Amino acid sequence: MRFYEYESKALFRRHGMPLGEGQVVNSSAEARAAAEAIGGPIVIKSQVLSGGRMKAGAVQFADTPDEAAAKYDFVLPIEVGGETARSVLIEAKSPVAHEYFVSVTWDGRRKLPVLLFSDMGGIDIEEVAETHPEHLSRTHFSTILPLSERIAKEAISSVGVSGGDLNRLVPIVYKLMQVFLQYDLTLAEINPVAKLEDGSFIVLDGHVDMEAEARGDHKKLLAELGIGDDETRLARPPTEFELEGARLNAVDHRGVAGNVVEFDGNLGLIIGAGGGSLTLFDAVRKHGGKPANYCEIGGNPSVGKACNLTKLILGKPGVEKIAVMMNVVSNTRVDIVARGVIKGCLEAGKDPSEVITIFRIPGAWEDEGFKILEKYGVEYCDRSVSMYEAAGRAVAKL
Amino acid sequence: MPGLFIDVKVADEAAKDTEIAKKLVEVCAVDIFAQNDDGSLRVVEENLDECVLCDLCVDAAPKGTVEVVKLYES
Repeated sequence: MRFYEYESKALFRRHGMPLGEGQVVNSSAEARAAAEAIGGPIVIKSQVLSGGRMKAGAVQFADTPDEAAAKYDFVLPIEVGGETARSVLIEAKSPVAHEYFVSVTWDGRRKLPVLLFSDMGGIDIEEVAETHPEHLSRTHFSTILPLSERIAKEAISSVGVSGGDLNRLVPIVYKLMQVFLQYDLTLAEINPVAKLEDGSFIVLDGHVDMEAEARGDHKKLLAELGIGDDETRLARPPTEFELEGARLNAVDHRGVAGNVVEFDGNLGLIIGAGGGSLTLFDAVRKHGGKPANYCEIGGNPSVGKACNLTKLILGKPGVEKIAVMMNVVSNTRVDIVARGVIKGCLEAGKDPSEVITIFRIPGAWEDEGFKILEKYGVEYCDRSVSMYEAAGRAVAKL
Repeated sequence: MPGLFIDVKVADEAAKDTEIAKKLVEVCAVDIFAQNDDGSLRVVEENLDECVLCDLCVDAAPKGTVEVVKLYES
């Protein structure tokens, strides 16, 4: 779940990071008043969740309150990545001497947080990684062992920062690492951290993503930041397909067929169980398959729920076949899911033996499930076939 | 009409017995049974495929009066 810049900065401020004077405004009159209060040159920044504000012209500068009001009117309607501004942030324009980049995110391959630091901030970090790799450090750290400023210090110094700059950057970077861990973030980024002409350091722009599943653990913070329970903060608005997926999940309390996400491939996926969805989705892609959707089934969904999900996916334009795959299940029953997907195929007017590429759900009541699959001529396999291999078999049938 | 996967057959004498009907409605977790206005038993056909094969209905009724049939075995 993405935070707006002003929310990210409010979070950083709570942790003592240095920030300039700023104010969120919702009218040109407020923009003028904020600029007057701040005094001097200011920055007018559209508050959107999408990146690319600067290129879209949604970040402007002004020298006077009147100019700030005019720039407010200019910035507000600009669409950035199809998104219009929620509000506008007015900040003092700082005299920048040098810009740095710092980010903490999750390295799924290493299963550890990774701290990225560069002395070439303010530009795309991907570009720095490609053209100036010596200016970017990557430092993994533990979620279990105590956090130490030493980790931040090593990360910063490894790109050649030393002396007073190093000493001033360490607490900022260290606090960002703390924030990342404390609030179950998937991304905490400052780009840039600026060294000002007077030698002080300031956070100029910030970006925070919180793990959606962690929202419940941070209700107090979210409420204090003004983030409502109903704000999904997804990177894009849900599609009709996704809304229908959420609806069919909500109408039946039995089990879960949730987190339906639309993709543009031709292989529909009915997947889940203990991280199985992510693993299987990745496995399909690794085999060259193109998923039509992502979803998470589990908790023993009813026949009706599995049936409706199957029909939804089969009804999506471009879907040729589906793959039904899960990790080993214990509380979800194989036979119930088998009934649901076969019923869904039949109600969608499809032959289950033709349209189901593979049924790989081992576990509770699998013998009963396999009887059903045999009756309808559906290819199935048990736990002796890995999820990766099952995904390969599914992709091979397209 | 049976479901796609499951059929439940209830003997006429049990279906007419309001006490048995009430008991069957109580024990079924997936609402396969309901009672008509006169208290007799009605099988809710659209719920038949939700049967979890728990056999509570078989146990709740007099022996041999309720049968759960797995249509995929025939």
